[in-house]
Amino acid sequence: MNSSVSIKDLSLSFGAVNVLENLNLEIRDGEFLVLLGSSGCGKSTLLNCIAGLLDISEGQVFIKGKNVTWEEPKDRGIGMVFQSYALYPQMTVEKNLSFGLKVAKTPQAEIDKRVARAAEILQIQPLLKRKPSELSGGQRQRVAIGRALVRDVDVFLFDEPLSNLDAKLRSELRVEIKRLHQSLKNTMIYVTHDQIEALTLADRIAIMKNGVIQQLDDPIAIYNAPRNLFVAGFIGSPSMNFLNGELAARDGKPVFVANGVTFGLDGYDADGTLKAGRKAVLGVRPEHIKVNEDIAAGSEIHDAIVDIEEPMGADNLLWLKHAGHTMSVRINGSRRFQPGTAVKLAFDMTMASVFDAETELRI
Amino acid sequence: MSDRTIQARPAAAAGALVATLSGPSGAKPKRRLSGRNIMIYGTLFVAAAYYLLPLYVMVVTSLKGMPEIRLGNIFSPPLEITFEPWVKAWSSACTGLNCDGLSRGFWNSVRITIPSTIISIMIASINGYALSNWRFKGADFFFTILIVGAFIPYQVMIYPIVIVLREIGLYGSLSGLVIVHTIFGMPILTLLFRNYFASLPEELFKAARIDGAGFWAIYFRIMLPMALPIFVVAMILQITGIWNDFLFGVVFTRPEYYPMTVQLNNIVNSVQGVKEYNVNMAATILTGAVPLLVYFISGRLFVRGIAAGAVKG
Repeated sequence: MNSSVSIKDLSLSFGAVNVLENLNLEIRDGEFLVLLGSSGCGKSTLLNCIAGLLDISEGQVFIKGKNVTWEEPKDRGIGMVFQSYALYPQMTVEKNLSFGLKVAKTPQAEIDKRVARAAEILQIQPLLKRKPSELSGGQRQRVAIGRALVRDVDVFLFDEPLSNLDAKLRSELRVEIKRLHQSLKNTMIYVTHDQIEALTLADRIAIMKNGVIQQLDDPIAIYNAPRNLFVAGFIGSPSMNFLNGELAARDGKPVFVANGVTFGLDGYDADGTLKAGRKAVLGVRPEHIKVNEDIAAGSEIHDAIVDIEEPMGADNLLWLKHAGHTMSVRINGSRRFQPGTAVKLAFDMTMASVFDAETELRI
Repeated sequence: MSDRTIQARPAAAAGALVATLSGPSGAKPKRRLSGRNIMIYGTLFVAAAYYLLPLYVMVVTSLKGMPEIRLGNIFSPPLEITFEPWVKAWSSACTGLNCDGLSRGFWNSVRITIPSTIISIMIASINGYALSNWRFKGADFFFTILIVGAFIPYQVMIYPIVIVLREIGLYGSLSGLVIVHTIFGMPILTLLFRNYFASLPEELFKAARIDGAGFWAIYFRIMLPMALPIFVVAMILQITGIWNDFLFGVVFTRPEYYPMTVQLNNIVNSVQGVKEYNVNMAATILTGAVPLLVYFISGRLFVRGIAAGAVKG
């Protein structure tokens, strides 16, 4: 596939502070890319650089094969949706949608056609004559998306568009954005700190920390095979269980030892060699730990005590004490345990991750 | 489970009923004559009287004839209401050689205030918009210079400005005074507008740029319509400030262009003949009427605009 947006060696610094350093990113045509990270990681800054709202210090930005590094935002073929909607308060919805086209001196007939199309796609026809102050949050964000839509652009940029909405609206609009992407097939770059949004929407996720992309991969790969400790801890809620220990060998097979307890690593798909004596961190997701009758025959059994139970409806989250560690285990919501109950555990090592304790990289 | 809830309800309701009959319920009663209220209203009354009493004396005196004033009861209402002093103050009171009253000064003040207000607000709003949204190179330096300008005492600058105006041939004219007022209004007005525009969400500006609007399109079509409250504040500040100005009026104009304040001073302080207290009072009220009217008409907007500008900055 052709590359739609391509960022080459981009750096941005404010005075002495380097926000982004030598960042490279290729976004395919029609791809939904999510930039994910906690606040201050540079994800919004990167988006503003792509949009041309911030002047970059070094590097190049290409959109549709055209070097737009020095172009004005309007000439880059992008539409942008902001967290705070950024609708012009004194204009009606219709005027908001058509403002950009009017500035570009588009013929009125063409404006009407495009506004009508955007309004139809987003189902905001009844709202066209209203002012933004008369709309709910969800409607405002729809209008904001419409404003990007009428510009008929190649690339959509979303800057945390759902963060100001309540939980129910957020999940509704999330589905709508996904549907929009499926029908329009535009390239979309979406900034968020919400991992659920990232996992559900993205074709690929770029996880950022301190202005550096930690991992760029499809959501399942990021979830199941995080490349380093940061990614492993960032993705997944409740977070992955981490056990500090070291690698060892038993009967010629690699094992992991933590607090004197040995974990067999049978079935673990290692990137490197599991050399004995290396300090390491074992990461297991809560749903990859089996409890009591779920344990398959022949598994390695561990003992644990139930500390706290958090029923969440569909799931039940158990906090267990195991060999000096506290770990969380996700089980079916119908299974209940009293605190203090002794349980048997088995770890699914095919889904686990082992990280080097020093480099924090996956082994 | 549901059975148990139904059974439990009557007992709970009965318990609640007993509590309602005996204990407090509904809105908490407020005492009218509490010590706190007496303090609040007492203070307000004293403060109001302190400001209103002189005004009362002025109004009353301006409606009396001179014989009645000579009796000396300055607080007593007029026995015989006369508008003679008002007419005289407006149209025939003498200042030096001229005896055509305050009317000339009034029209001079109008011709000074209106252009000064419009020009200074226009320039300052564009300044503030550019400083807060288009962070051009040296914007902070420029802003610092402007703010420092606000702290230099006027007296220091008067003589240099007189020379500058003389050199460009505007000394003593109305346009010269308009320029001076525009310049001196710039620091505070720019600050006012800059802070207001900085308080508007930055994303609006970004959205407009993505929509392809340039410097002027964003200013006129996005920012200006949102800035009405701060325009009202700036207007009030400028109208009252320029109308009440005395120093610049005296220094930079010739007698035939004296603003109303200067003329008022000349009427009140004229040394010839008897002191006509009633005419003086009427002239003073006439001069103060314009700022007073501006406050009355736009007072509410003024407070709202000040509050809006104060949120951030």
